[in-house]
Amino acid sequence: MKAYFFSECAYPYLPAEYDSIRVKLPNRIYDPEKGARLFNDYIDEWVAADELGLDLMLNEHHQTATCMNSAVPLTAAILARVTKRGRILILGNPIANRREPVRVAEEMSIIDGISHGRLDAGFVRGVPYEISAMNSRPVDMQERFWEAFDLIIKAWSSHDGPFYWEGKYFRHRQVNIWPRPLQQPYPPVWITSTSPEGALKVAERGHVVATFLTGFDATRPVFDSYRRRRTELGQETPLDRLAYAALVYTADTDAKAVAVGEKLLWYLNSNRVPMQFVNPPGYHSTATVMKILKGDGPFAAFGRSTTADQELKKGVLFAGTPDSVYKQIKALYDHVGGFGNLLMMGQAGFVTPDETIKGLELFAREVYPRIKEL
Amino acid sequence: MGGMTLEKLDVRGVELQLSRTGRGRPLLLLDSGFSFEHDLAARLAQRFQVIAPLHPGFGGSPRPDHIDTVDDLAYLYLDLLKQLELSDVAIVGCSMGGWVAAELAVRCSDRLSRLILVDSLGIKVSDRETPDIADMFAIYEEELMGLLFRDPPRFKIDARALPEQALANIAKNRAALALYLWEPYAHNPKLLGRLGRIDIPTLVVWGQNDGLVSPEYGRKFAAAIPGSAFETIPECGHLPQVERPDRLIEYITPFAADGRTR
Repeated sequence: MKAYFFSECAYPYLPAEYDSIRVKLPNRIYDPEKGARLFNDYIDEWVAADELGLDLMLNEHHQTATCMNSAVPLTAAILARVTKRGRILILGNPIANRREPVRVAEEMSIIDGISHGRLDAGFVRGVPYEISAMNSRPVDMQERFWEAFDLIIKAWSSHDGPFYWEGKYFRHRQVNIWPRPLQQPYPPVWITSTSPEGALKVAERGHVVATFLTGFDATRPVFDSYRRRRTELGQETPLDRLAYAALVYTADTDAKAVAVGEKLLWYLNSNRVPMQFVNPPGYHSTATVMKILKGDGPFAAFGRSTTADQELKKGVLFAGTPDSVYKQIKALYDHVGGFGNLLMMGQAGFVTPDETIKGLELFAREVYPRIKEL
Repeated sequence: MGGMTLEKLDVRGVELQLSRTGRGRPLLLLDSGFSFEHDLAARLAQRFQVIAPLHPGFGGSPRPDHIDTVDDLAYLYLDLLKQLELSDVAIVGCSMGGWVAAELAVRCSDRLSRLILVDSLGIKVSDRETPDIADMFAIYEEELMGLLFRDPPRFKIDARALPEQALANIAKNRAALALYLWEPYAHNPKLLGRLGRIDIPTLVVWGQNDGLVSPEYGRKFAAAIPGSAFETIPECGHLPQVERPDRLIEYITPFAADGRTR
């Protein structure tokens, strides 16, 4: 198993009361001086993770204090230059919301080149609360995602001069990107999915499927769906095709680790989002919307505060001594039928740079050698 | 539009679901896209031959991939009028349906005799930093109800009390509304400049308390259509067919029948 250190670049200094952390939280709350310091801390943490032998993951969100990283190719390009050996996973480029997929293909090519082929290029549909921030139509997003995706792959793979593309969503007459990626034919591709249906198309193309904070209950159906589809197609599913993202913290005692784990839960507990941004029209399936309208459904617990105990039980948080963390990861690993990539959110909220790096050091020294064998 | 019997018509390859009731001058009723029950079609059927289609994608009706914009709907209903060999038709369009009606009328009014727009969407009148139409997709449900109705509590939908089919339709209607209205938001930047092409008697009716799109916008809409009349309905929000159907009928009936305003 490979382990990626992930930081969402939180801006944690929130007012006591706010209606929504997404879309409409006024940016006067953002202190540019504090933001500048945080950004540099976060880059230092990725550099430290790289030096510890971990791989690196970054992502992108918009108009939210949960994530300052609103243009992930920029930070990934910095890491391409200032880190030395780790993979740089962008998970992901929100290509159902980006206006110019060809531009995304170019950005990824630059990062792949500067990093000497260390880019893992991830693509996401984007969470529902990105819709308003990007003025992106929530209806038929999957269709737009896949057209953008196909265009990017073609831009990376075409080397004989311009090609033509007149699709439903994107139109170009002369596509011929410079530079092209270093990795051939193109960087490894990752796609997120938190549902069994979503995993099917990823399986058909053989890319890595990543699922986020889905725990014991919801991870297995996604991975099973992927593996089943591969089997139907007469293909294997190596473990490196499957990735799971959790909150992770390692310390020399369980109590210390869980205390920092509680601080990581800022990511979940501060994520207050009004229903109009959680359930934009046409984003979710009819069945899901019906549940939401009745007050049930996947967002019923949204914004309710949770605890380290609850999240440890769910398999969303791994926190403890190296031995505990290993056992927690192994338990989930066994439950879901195995996976080859652990995406570790090791910084969130008010977890300090010192705490973050200490946790990573202990993980790298005591846990990583053991899970590498899985 | 509950209670109406729907028939299915093939209109140039598109399955269109519609109700046809009443006798008299043909009246094409284009609904708002909002999921609030009303009986405007039945009321109008006392005097007119009312043709009331479900816009594809609404009310659980099918929507083929190539029908996804308001101008697609305008052409679809032009095709419908031709197929049914209707002439001298009065068109009544509410909210999004008003936008469709206006797009239809600027394209071809040969089969039309009257145009009646009710709290219509579809044009841009203010500067680039002033919204004409409140962003219905970015506000709380309670806020939206406050914009839509003068008296919101009367119209609150209790999702838990609804049959599954009705609830599914609400979900589908929301998605369909977003499909047709998302970008540019609820308008066609070209439409205002084309309204001068409308050459049939036109009445623009507005709820005095419409919070989604103001009566002032309605006045500008009317001012862009040569010779049109403008009327407001007091104590009424964005959906007069739901909130004050009795008053709305008083405006529609004489105008659709013989071009008289009240």
